[in-house]
Amino acid sequence: MTGVHRVVVTGLGAVSPLGNTVAAYWDNLKLGNSGLGPITLTPAPEELTQKIAAEVKDFDPLKHFAERQLSTLDRVSQFAVVAAREAIAQSGLAFDMPLSLRTATIVGTGVGGQTTLDESFRRVYLEKRTRVFPLTIPKLMANAPASQISMDCGLRGPSFAVASACASATHAIGIAFHMVRAGLVDCAVTGGTEACITFGTVRGWEAMRVMAPDACRPFSKGRMGLVLGEGAAVMVLEPLERARARNATILGEIVGFGMSADAADLTAPDLGGMVRAMQAALDDAKLAPADIQYVNAHGTGTAANDETETKALHAAFGPHAKKLAISSTKSMIGHALGAAGALELVATLLAVRDAIAPPTIGYLEPDPACDLDYVPNEARALPIEAAVSNSFAFGGLNAVLAVKRFS
Amino acid sequence: MSDVASGVIEIIAKKKRVDKPTVELSDKLLDLGLESLDAVEMIFDLEEKFDIQIPYNANTNNPRTEFETVGDVVAAVEKLVAQKKS
Repeated sequence: MTGVHRVVVTGLGAVSPLGNTVAAYWDNLKLGNSGLGPITLTPAPEELTQKIAAEVKDFDPLKHFAERQLSTLDRVSQFAVVAAREAIAQSGLAFDMPLSLRTATIVGTGVGGQTTLDESFRRVYLEKRTRVFPLTIPKLMANAPASQISMDCGLRGPSFAVASACASATHAIGIAFHMVRAGLVDCAVTGGTEACITFGTVRGWEAMRVMAPDACRPFSKGRMGLVLGEGAAVMVLEPLERARARNATILGEIVGFGMSADAADLTAPDLGGMVRAMQAALDDAKLAPADIQYVNAHGTGTAANDETETKALHAAFGPHAKKLAISSTKSMIGHALGAAGALELVATLLAVRDAIAPPTIGYLEPDPACDLDYVPNEARALPIEAAVSNSFAFGGLNAVLAVKRFS
Repeated sequence: MSDVASGVIEIIAKKKRVDKPTVELSDKLLDLGLESLDAVEMIFDLEEKFDIQIPYNANTNNPRTEFETVGDVVAAVEKLVAQKKS
């Protein structure tokens, strides 16, 4: 296929702090449940200053992988492959020839195989061992999740990793969307994954002094920062003609993707960069600000992000900003860094499909600096024709996707 | 000048972003042009140098306004150093 195609989503998969299937994840989001809890994944969590994170729970790798395959898979790749299998199963696609050759696998991750890295450093530096596990390098490389999905699912088209910290998954899905739209590939399996709750990584985040001690309260007065999360979400994208021809169930349509770089501060959010990415996504989608009903915000829960994102929404949407329902999925699943954009796009697509805006939980009271409608604490029935999902990364790299109800 | 004072001044002198040959106890932090990452790095340097823990969350604390002058930082560090000894 060549030319310009409408791009639809026909499969979704998720491994999240609120459940290890899309159905469980979405049910918990609608209920406003919290996936946050004590840190259990690291050795000696009692030594850490930070006590809470949003961990994936009840994930038994042996339920999904044979022992031999497992020795090649860091937790970050396990999440990715499990989510990809769910998405592909839902899509009903079989990747035989020639579709296999025309299917892209593009997967975002912020930091790759941190568990493997942490374990090998522990052996080398702490235990003074002279040997690490033989597959240490191919397990921790940032492209491992993309490679493992491609191998596990038999996808032989263009495949690579995208790394842009907290925007990795949104960049990955955006590029996959553009490739399918342009006819460069006939299908894409895309998303993001992260498994960063390791001793060394948590120490790194502690040193940034941006984590909340108790709860993630995006856009609320009294918010004290972000909470680390983990997980993966993967989706199957294909041209509308192909989905229709095979009578696939269409879950939603991706219609726009915008990107920008702040070229300013390494970590401080930048109003201009956020606005340019949102406007680029709307332009790409040929949507006007007034066409949007729901925004899945980046909403990290830090003082700086939420205030700047609010200003950016005012700037990008003008007077219509006041009419938007805006929520932060991170209030419930923490900040899954390179997976965040994919988990949040799943929430956005299902919000549109089911006409429900998921809430921002942990919301205490309004902050004068955040003066929009953040759907506080309880989900809301809301007909949604079009929505956007924001991701703004450290390093000043911004990515925004726009989706529409499929009709 | 105490060891703490000279140590604090040395650290802040490296982080300042204004063209000023010396850092004095009476200098205001805001006038030295410290940015938010500078503050986080300054706190790390202070903790490392004096082996202390400074409770600090960038979302709710702002050392550039909570501590008006370099002397205020010195006083706070001296207090934490004394607590450690007792």
